[in-house]
Amino acid sequence: MTPIWVMAYLQILVNGIVLGALYACLAVGFSLVWGVLNVINMLHGSLIILGGYLTFFSWHTFGINPLISLPVVALALYAAGYLIQFLIINPIVKEPVLTTLTLTFGLDLILYNFMTVYYTATPRRVILDLGTVDLGGIVMPVDRLLAMGLALLLTAILYVVMRGSRIGRAIVAVRMDRDAAALMGIRVDRIYAITFGIGALMAGAAGAVFAVVYPITTNLTNTFLGKAFVVCVIGGLGSVQGALAGGLVLGVVESFAGQLVGPQHALTVGFALMLVLLVIKPTGLTGIRGYE
Amino acid sequence: MTARRWQYILFAAAVLALASTPLWAGNYIVRLAITIAMFSALSLSWNFIGGFTGYPSFATAAFFGLGTYAGALLQNAGAPMLLAWLAATIFVAVFATALGGILLRLKGHYFAIGSIGVVEATRLAIASWGRLTGGGDGLNVAFMPGGPDVVVRTFLAAMLAIMLAVFAVTVAVDCSRFGFGLRCIQQNEDAANMVGVNTTAYKIGAFTLSALFCGTVGAAYASWTGYIDPNESFSVLMTIKVPVMCLLGGAGTVFGPVVGAAAFILLEEFFWANFLDYNRAILGAVIVILIFFLPGGLLNIQHRGISSRFSRQWQRWKTAA
Repeated sequence: MTPIWVMAYLQILVNGIVLGALYACLAVGFSLVWGVLNVINMLHGSLIILGGYLTFFSWHTFGINPLISLPVVALALYAAGYLIQFLIINPIVKEPVLTTLTLTFGLDLILYNFMTVYYTATPRRVILDLGTVDLGGIVMPVDRLLAMGLALLLTAILYVVMRGSRIGRAIVAVRMDRDAAALMGIRVDRIYAITFGIGALMAGAAGAVFAVVYPITTNLTNTFLGKAFVVCVIGGLGSVQGALAGGLVLGVVESFAGQLVGPQHALTVGFALMLVLLVIKPTGLTGIRGYE
Repeated sequence: MTARRWQYILFAAAVLALASTPLWAGNYIVRLAITIAMFSALSLSWNFIGGFTGYPSFATAAFFGLGTYAGALLQNAGAPMLLAWLAATIFVAVFATALGGILLRLKGHYFAIGSIGVVEATRLAIASWGRLTGGGDGLNVAFMPGGPDVVVRTFLAAMLAIMLAVFAVTVAVDCSRFGFGLRCIQQNEDAANMVGVNTTAYKIGAFTLSALFCGTVGAAYASWTGYIDPNESFSVLMTIKVPVMCLLGGAGTVFGPVVGAAAFILLEEFFWANFLDYNRAILGAVIVILIFFLPGGLLNIQHRGISSRFSRQWQRWKTAA
């Protein structure tokens, strides 16, 4: 019989991994945009919440299952992201970081304001009520497992797209060397728009997944954005595997920190870890070259 | 040089106008004047690191917030107000020097993220250190005696004095060897290093200067409002608003930050008063327009540049549609 404290730690570990998978899904779009476009996308948190709200309202008003609405929501956000990048951000994408960051912050204020006015800041959650499972003493609600599975599936799909498809290869090429990619006949403007669209798509999908597990409110936009920062710095920029590693590490660290030093310090530990890693190893755990 | 002289005269007139508000206007206008002076000081401070040196720092709210807490805690411990402000300034300056040594090894995006991370980390530390700081409940500071009129006049004088002090330092830096070195770093750090600029020391100097007065402003703000809490003192909105003000006026110039702060505060106040529900969205729209059409700030408007940008953007949208 395994001692009780081992079971307790295993439970914390599993909780951390579930959380980490969600973090990875949440941050991977942000990481891609940062790595490929060199743009810190302050809109990301609001896009996540927008995806969550669209999922919630299609479930609440029309009774559509989140599993069905997720792809639709994700595609809608892809279109929105593509247009935002193509029409607004592309003209100034080569300016210094301060300019692009301020621009996306301005866009975020607009989106945030409209969401708060139309949806109000009341926390809302899709309740599926699937019960819990007991795996040899480790208890886990089924909806959380479902969310983790979805998050991992989405991240895996993105990985396959980046590795195997022409578009994915073109994105990687642009990330490595924009000018060389342009000489190879890649239309950099369009790749930028597609990448931003994918970033928005992943944000929307992550929001839909989150709405199944946690209550969604506009007050969370900055929290999500902060998580995306931390995950990117921990894992390394612009790659799917980096975001996955960063997300899992952050989830597990937060889960243990919440247990060992108290939940009120869990977030501080995450940020402290990020600051330390920034100084020691700015390229992140996966060690892919940073794009300064 | 005459243009410069006119700018100084206009600046002096603006400062006098702000300083004389208690004589001709109600407390609402005076409060607005205090806010303008406060954000001018913050924006001028940011200008050292963001404008002269060209490092995208988003740590303003961390310095401001630490200043509010250092000042408030000292005042609650019985220190006289001015002494508490001075100590808060020194504390924040020491913090910034130590932090700069670590953070300024990063460049570009990593520096930006690191500085935002500092704001979050300090906010969380203050919020979770409940026994000392009151945690999320915030902290009360004893109000200054003497009634609202005296308080408002005192803090108007204090904020204006801080603003003038930062302005004086800005002017001194602008025409000194140090300022020249910072501009070299902004244009090409490697080249500056090669020709003998001590880039590390210069950058840390600029970073400390950018923090120093934020600490004073923070401590004065805490005494003025009488209540502080972590979310307000370390707000992400503030840490981005201050650079935007500086950009609006013209980063790296002497008067730009003041012009930008005044214009921004007045616009914001106007939107708050007239479009309560959508004030943030309008603020966002102003930021977007600013980035597009005023890349050099209000002080560097080039009409031909604006119209060509506008027509290029218009072409773009037409082909997309």
